[in-house]
Amino acid sequence: MSSPNYDYLDGNAAAGELSRVFAVDITTATGRCAECGTTKCLAEAHLYMHGPGLVARCPACEHVLLRLVNVREHMFLDVRGMTYLCLDASHSEEAS
Amino acid sequence: MMWRAGTVVALHDETPTARTITLQVADWPSHVAGQHVDVRLTAPDGYSAVRSYSIASPPNAEGRVELTVERLSDGEVSPYLTQELAVGDRLELRGPIGGWFVWQSRQAEPIQLIAGGSGIVPLMAMIRSRASAGSTEPFRLLYSVREPGAVFYRDELQAISDGVDSVTLTYAYTRAIPRGWPRPPGRIDASVIAETTWPSKLIPTCYVCGPTSFVESTAALLVGCGNRPDKIRTERFGPTGGRK
Repeated sequence: MSSPNYDYLDGNAAAGELSRVFAVDITTATGRCAECGTTKCLAEAHLYMHGPGLVARCPACEHVLLRLVNVREHMFLDVRGMTYLCLDASHSEEAS
Repeated sequence: MMWRAGTVVALHDETPTARTITLQVADWPSHVAGQHVDVRLTAPDGYSAVRSYSIASPPNAEGRVELTVERLSDGEVSPYLTQELAVGDRLELRGPIGGWFVWQSRQAEPIQLIAGGSGIVPLMAMIRSRASAGSTEPFRLLYSVREPGAVFYRDELQAISDGVDSVTLTYAYTRAIPRGWPRPPGRIDASVIAETTWPSKLIPTCYVCGPTSFVESTAALLVGCGNRPDKIRTERFGPTGGRK
Protein backbone atom coordinates (compact mmCIF):
# COMPACT_ATOMS: atom_id res chain seq x y z
CA MET A 1 0.00 0.00 0.00
CA SER A 2 1.39 3.40 -0.88
CA SER A 3 0.88 6.64 1.01
CA PRO A 4 -0.15 9.35 -1.44
CA ASN A 5 -0.10 12.03 1.25
CA TYR A 6 3.59 11.62 1.95
CA ASP A 7 2.93 12.34 5.60
CA TYR A 8 5.65 10.06 6.91
CA LEU A 9 9.34 10.31 7.71
CA ASP A 10 12.03 7.64 7.93
CA GLY A 11 12.43 5.37 10.93
CA ASN A 12 15.76 7.13 11.31
CA ALA A 13 13.91 10.14 12.77
CA ALA A 14 12.73 8.02 15.73
CA ALA A 15 16.28 7.40 16.96
CA GLY A 16 16.07 10.14 19.60
CA GLU A 17 12.84 8.92 21.19
CA LEU A 18 13.94 5.28 21.00
CA SER A 19 17.18 6.19 22.78
CA ARG A 20 15.05 6.83 25.86
CA VAL A 21 14.27 3.10 25.94
CA PHE A 22 17.21 1.29 24.35
CA ALA A 23 20.89 1.49 25.25
CA VAL A 24 21.92 1.04 21.62
CA ASP A 25 20.63 2.68 18.42
CA ILE A 26 17.97 0.22 17.29
CA THR A 27 17.21 2.20 14.11
CA THR A 28 20.26 0.45 12.63
CA ALA A 29 18.88 -2.96 13.68
CA THR A 30 17.21 -5.19 11.11
CA GLY A 31 13.57 -6.04 11.71
CA ARG A 32 11.39 -8.62 10.02
CA CYS A 33 7.79 -7.64 9.30
CA ALA A 34 5.39 -10.09 10.93
CA GLU A 35 2.93 -9.54 8.09
CA CYS A 36 4.89 -9.75 4.82
CA GLY A 37 8.33 -10.89 5.92
CA THR A 38 10.18 -7.90 4.51
CA THR A 39 13.46 -7.58 6.41
CA LYS A 40 14.97 -4.10 6.56
CA CYS A 41 16.66 -1.64 8.83
CA LEU A 42 14.25 0.06 11.22
CA ALA A 43 15.68 3.34 9.87
CA GLU A 44 13.98 2.49 6.56
CA ALA A 45 10.51 2.08 8.05
CA HIS A 46 7.85 4.69 7.34
CA LEU A 47 7.51 6.74 10.49
CA TYR A 48 4.33 8.56 11.49
CA MET A 49 4.74 11.07 14.29
CA HIS A 50 1.55 13.13 14.35
CA GLY A 51 -0.37 10.92 16.78
CA PRO A 52 0.14 10.78 20.54
CA GLY A 53 3.30 8.79 19.97
CA LEU A 54 5.24 7.36 17.09
CA VAL A 55 4.31 4.56 14.73
CA ALA A 56 6.75 2.77 12.42
CA ARG A 57 5.23 0.89 9.50
CA CYS A 58 6.71 -1.62 7.07
CA PRO A 59 7.87 0.26 3.93
CA ALA A 60 6.64 -2.64 1.77
CA CYS A 61 3.17 -3.40 3.18
CA GLU A 62 2.50 -0.61 5.74
CA HIS A 63 1.88 -3.12 8.52
CA VAL A 64 2.55 -1.56 11.95
CA LEU A 65 6.01 -2.68 13.15
CA LEU A 66 6.46 -0.61 16.27
CA ARG A 67 4.48 1.80 18.44
CA LEU A 68 5.86 3.99 21.20
CA VAL A 69 3.34 6.07 23.12
CA ASN A 70 3.86 8.42 26.07
CA VAL A 71 1.02 8.50 28.58
CA ARG A 72 1.82 10.80 31.49
CA GLU A 73 4.75 9.17 33.32
CA HIS A 74 4.62 5.92 31.33
CA MET A 75 5.88 4.83 27.92
CA PHE A 76 4.09 2.01 26.11
CA LEU A 77 6.20 0.07 23.62
CA ASP A 78 4.55 -2.39 21.22
CA VAL A 79 6.83 -4.33 18.86
CA ARG A 80 4.55 -7.24 18.02
CA GLY A 81 4.58 -6.22 14.36
CA MET A 82 8.07 -7.67 14.01
CA THR A 83 8.94 -11.35 14.31
CA TYR A 84 12.48 -10.36 15.29
CA LEU A 85 14.89 -7.48 15.61
CA CYS A 86 18.53 -8.26 14.84
CA LEU A 87 21.09 -5.99 16.50
CA ASP A 88 24.81 -5.57 15.92
CA ALA A 89 26.29 -6.85 19.18
CA SER A 90 29.92 -6.15 18.28
CA HIS A 91 29.93 -2.79 20.04
CA SER A 92 27.42 -3.59 22.77
CA GLU A 93 30.03 -3.58 25.53
CA GLU A 94 31.08 0.01 24.87
CA ALA A 95 27.61 1.17 23.86
CA SER A 96 25.99 0.10 27.13
CA MET B 1 20.36 9.54 25.94
CA MET B 2 20.49 12.69 28.01
CA TRP B 3 19.71 16.29 27.12
CA ARG B 4 22.70 18.62 26.97
CA ALA B 5 22.88 22.38 26.97
CA GLY B 6 24.37 24.09 23.93
CA THR B 7 25.34 27.75 23.89
CA VAL B 8 24.81 29.73 20.71
CA VAL B 9 28.20 31.14 19.65
CA ALA B 10 27.40 32.33 16.12
CA LEU B 11 24.47 32.94 13.78
CA HIS B 12 24.68 33.20 10.02
CA ASP B 13 21.90 33.72 7.49
CA GLU B 14 22.20 31.33 4.55
CA THR B 15 19.13 32.69 2.73
CA PRO B 16 16.32 35.11 3.70
CA THR B 17 14.55 32.16 5.39
CA ALA B 18 17.35 29.90 6.62
CA ARG B 19 19.88 30.44 9.38
CA THR B 20 22.92 28.50 10.51
CA ILE B 21 23.20 28.25 14.29
CA THR B 22 26.62 27.39 15.72
CA LEU B 23 26.47 25.84 19.18
CA GLN B 24 29.18 25.04 21.68
CA VAL B 25 28.17 21.90 23.56
CA ALA B 26 29.99 20.76 26.70
CA ASP B 27 30.91 17.04 26.74
CA TRP B 28 29.71 16.57 23.16
CA PRO B 29 30.67 12.99 22.21
CA SER B 30 31.30 14.10 18.58
CA HIS B 31 29.17 12.85 15.74
CA VAL B 32 29.28 11.23 12.32
CA ALA B 33 28.35 13.12 9.14
CA GLY B 34 24.63 12.68 8.44
CA GLN B 35 23.47 12.41 12.04
CA HIS B 36 20.89 14.72 13.57
CA VAL B 37 19.99 16.18 16.95
CA ASP B 38 16.70 16.71 18.69
CA VAL B 39 16.23 20.29 19.91
CA ARG B 40 13.88 20.94 22.82
CA LEU B 41 12.36 24.33 23.55
CA THR B 42 10.51 24.78 26.84
CA ALA B 43 8.17 27.70 27.52
CA PRO B 44 7.93 29.32 30.99
CA ASP B 45 4.64 27.45 31.56
CA GLY B 46 6.39 24.12 31.02
CA TYR B 47 5.06 23.43 27.52
CA SER B 48 7.83 21.95 25.44
CA ALA B 49 8.34 21.15 21.75
CA VAL B 50 10.97 18.84 20.26
CA ARG B 51 12.17 18.96 16.65
CA SER B 52 14.90 17.11 14.78
CA TYR B 53 17.58 19.00 12.85
CA SER B 54 20.43 17.61 10.80
CA ILE B 55 23.96 18.54 11.80
CA ALA B 56 25.76 20.59 9.13
CA SER B 57 29.23 20.61 10.65
CA PRO B 58 31.81 17.84 10.24
CA PRO B 59 32.88 15.69 13.20
CA ASN B 60 35.22 17.68 15.45
CA ALA B 61 36.77 17.41 18.88
CA GLU B 62 35.82 20.93 19.93
CA GLY B 63 32.18 20.29 20.82
CA ARG B 64 31.00 22.51 17.99
CA VAL B 65 27.67 21.70 16.37
CA GLU B 66 26.17 23.66 13.48
CA LEU B 67 22.53 23.37 12.51
CA THR B 68 20.94 25.08 9.52
CA VAL B 69 17.25 25.68 10.09
CA GLU B 70 14.74 26.67 7.41
CA ARG B 71 11.89 28.84 8.68
CA LEU B 72 8.44 27.45 8.03
CA SER B 73 5.72 30.10 8.21
CA ASP B 74 3.35 27.76 10.06
CA GLY B 75 6.14 26.40 12.25
CA GLU B 76 6.16 26.31 16.02
CA VAL B 77 9.92 26.07 16.57
CA SER B 78 11.68 27.20 13.39
CA PRO B 79 10.49 30.88 13.55
CA TYR B 80 12.01 31.15 17.02
CA LEU B 81 15.28 29.50 15.99
CA THR B 82 15.67 31.61 12.84
CA GLN B 83 14.41 34.98 14.09
CA GLU B 84 14.61 35.33 17.85
CA LEU B 85 17.51 33.17 19.01
CA ALA B 86 20.58 35.28 19.88
CA VAL B 87 24.27 34.64 20.51
CA GLY B 88 24.69 33.59 24.14
CA ASP B 89 21.29 31.86 24.33
CA ARG B 90 21.13 28.22 25.36
CA LEU B 91 19.30 25.35 23.69
CA GLU B 92 18.67 21.82 24.91
CA LEU B 93 20.02 19.13 22.59
CA ARG B 94 19.74 15.36 22.50
CA GLY B 95 22.20 13.59 20.25
CA PRO B 96 24.03 12.81 18.12
CA ILE B 97 21.30 10.56 16.78
CA GLY B 98 20.94 8.01 14.02
CA GLY B 99 23.49 5.53 12.74
CA TRP B 100 21.84 4.78 9.38
CA PHE B 101 21.96 7.92 7.23
CA VAL B 102 25.69 8.48 7.77
CA TRP B 103 28.90 8.64 5.76
CA GLN B 104 32.16 7.50 7.32
CA SER B 105 35.57 8.32 5.88
CA ARG B 106 36.45 4.60 5.66
CA GLN B 107 33.87 4.19 2.87
CA ALA B 108 35.74 3.79 -0.41
CA GLU B 109 32.93 3.58 -2.99
CA PRO B 110 31.68 6.47 -5.15
CA ILE B 111 29.16 8.61 -3.28
CA GLN B 112 26.13 10.22 -4.87
CA LEU B 113 24.45 12.92 -2.81
CA ILE B 114 21.04 14.26 -3.86
CA ALA B 115 19.45 17.11 -1.94
CA GLY B 116 16.00 18.64 -2.21
CA GLY B 117 15.95 22.15 -0.67
CA SER B 118 17.02 22.10 2.98
CA GLY B 119 17.87 18.41 2.52
CA ILE B 120 21.34 19.71 1.69
CA VAL B 121 22.20 20.03 5.40
CA PRO B 122 23.26 16.46 6.32
CA LEU B 123 24.85 16.06 2.88
CA MET B 124 26.93 19.19 3.53
CA ALA B 125 28.16 17.54 6.72
CA MET B 126 29.31 14.61 4.56
CA ILE B 127 31.09 16.92 2.08
CA ARG B 128 32.76 18.81 4.94
CA SER B 129 33.65 15.55 6.65
CA ARG B 130 35.26 14.28 3.46
CA ALA B 131 37.37 17.44 3.32
CA SER B 132 38.35 17.42 6.98
CA ALA B 133 39.29 13.73 6.79
CA GLY B 134 41.52 14.49 3.79
CA SER B 135 39.51 12.00 1.77
CA THR B 136 39.61 12.11 -2.02
CA GLU B 137 36.81 9.59 -2.50
CA PRO B 138 34.71 10.47 -5.52
CA PHE B 139 31.64 12.50 -4.51
CA ARG B 140 28.91 13.96 -6.66
CA LEU B 141 26.20 16.31 -5.44
CA LEU B 142 22.94 16.95 -7.27
CA TYR B 143 21.19 19.82 -5.49
CA SER B 144 17.58 20.51 -6.39
CA VAL B 145 16.56 23.97 -5.24
CA ARG B 146 13.72 26.38 -5.95
CA GLU B 147 15.86 29.23 -7.30
CA PRO B 148 19.46 30.48 -7.14
CA GLY B 149 18.71 32.65 -4.06
CA ALA B 150 17.58 29.62 -2.07
CA VAL B 151 20.93 27.82 -2.23
CA PHE B 152 22.58 27.13 1.15
CA TYR B 153 26.40 27.27 1.52
CA ARG B 154 26.73 28.69 -2.01
CA ASP B 155 30.29 30.09 -1.83
CA GLU B 156 31.66 27.12 0.09
CA LEU B 157 30.12 24.66 -2.38
CA GLN B 158 31.54 26.64 -5.28
CA ALA B 159 35.02 26.65 -3.73
CA ILE B 160 34.87 22.90 -3.07
CA SER B 161 33.63 22.24 -6.58
CA ASP B 162 36.46 24.39 -8.05
CA GLY B 163 39.18 22.76 -5.95
CA VAL B 164 41.39 19.78 -6.61
CA ASP B 165 39.89 16.38 -5.74
CA SER B 166 36.64 18.22 -6.10
CA VAL B 167 33.08 17.25 -5.48
CA THR B 168 31.16 17.42 -8.76
CA LEU B 169 28.30 19.85 -8.20
CA THR B 170 25.13 20.09 -10.27
CA TYR B 171 22.20 22.37 -9.53
CA ALA B 172 18.68 21.54 -10.64
CA TYR B 173 16.38 24.56 -10.30
CA THR B 174 12.68 23.90 -9.89
CA ARG B 175 11.12 27.39 -10.24
CA ALA B 176 13.60 30.01 -11.48
CA ILE B 177 16.92 29.67 -13.28
CA PRO B 178 19.94 31.95 -13.63
CA ARG B 179 20.25 33.81 -16.93
CA GLY B 180 21.51 31.51 -19.67
CA TRP B 181 20.99 28.31 -17.67
CA PRO B 182 20.77 25.37 -20.09
CA ARG B 183 17.73 23.64 -18.57
CA PRO B 184 14.26 25.10 -18.02
CA PRO B 185 13.13 25.03 -14.39
CA GLY B 186 11.63 21.71 -13.37
CA ARG B 187 11.82 18.76 -11.07
CA ILE B 188 14.58 16.20 -11.27
CA ASP B 189 13.63 13.67 -13.92
CA ALA B 190 15.17 10.56 -15.44
CA SER B 191 17.34 12.55 -17.85
CA VAL B 192 18.85 14.64 -15.04
CA ILE B 193 19.62 11.49 -13.07
CA ALA B 194 21.11 9.76 -16.12
CA GLU B 195 23.25 12.77 -17.11
CA THR B 196 24.53 13.97 -13.75
CA THR B 197 24.74 11.06 -11.30
CA TRP B 198 27.26 8.22 -11.15
CA PRO B 199 26.66 5.42 -13.63
CA SER B 200 24.94 2.63 -11.71
CA LYS B 201 27.58 0.12 -12.83
CA LEU B 202 30.01 1.83 -10.41
CA ILE B 203 27.63 0.81 -7.60
CA PRO B 204 27.64 4.17 -5.80
CA THR B 205 26.07 4.59 -2.40
CA CYS B 206 23.33 7.20 -2.83
CA TYR B 207 22.14 9.52 -0.05
CA VAL B 208 18.87 11.29 -0.78
CA CYS B 209 17.50 13.92 1.60
CA GLY B 210 14.53 16.25 1.21
CA PRO B 211 10.76 16.44 1.45
CA THR B 212 9.06 13.03 1.43
CA SER B 213 7.63 13.39 -2.10
CA PHE B 214 11.04 14.45 -3.43
CA VAL B 215 12.75 11.48 -1.79
CA GLU B 216 10.12 9.06 -3.10
CA SER B 217 10.40 10.24 -6.70
CA THR B 218 14.20 10.56 -6.65
CA ALA B 219 14.76 7.11 -5.13
CA ALA B 220 12.44 5.62 -7.78
CA LEU B 221 14.39 7.40 -10.55
CA LEU B 222 17.69 6.09 -9.16
CA VAL B 223 16.33 2.53 -9.18
CA GLY B 224 15.00 3.14 -12.70
CA CYS B 225 18.56 4.05 -13.78
CA GLY B 226 19.81 0.70 -12.48
CA ASN B 227 20.91 1.62 -8.96
CA ARG B 228 20.48 -1.04 -6.31
CA PRO B 229 17.73 -0.25 -3.78
CA ASP B 230 19.97 -1.43 -0.95
CA LYS B 231 22.57 1.20 -1.92
CA ILE B 232 20.08 4.08 -1.58
CA ARG B 233 19.79 5.70 1.84
CA THR B 234 17.06 8.23 2.43
CA GLU B 235 16.09 10.88 4.92
CA ARG B 236 12.65 12.41 4.55
CA PHE B 237 11.56 15.74 6.01
CA GLY B 238 7.80 15.20 5.69
CA PRO B 239 5.21 16.69 3.36
CA THR B 240 5.94 20.35 4.10
CA GLY B 241 9.53 20.28 2.98
CA GLY B 242 10.94 21.06 6.38
CA ARG B 243 10.78 20.33 10.04
CA LYS B 244 8.56 22.82 11.79
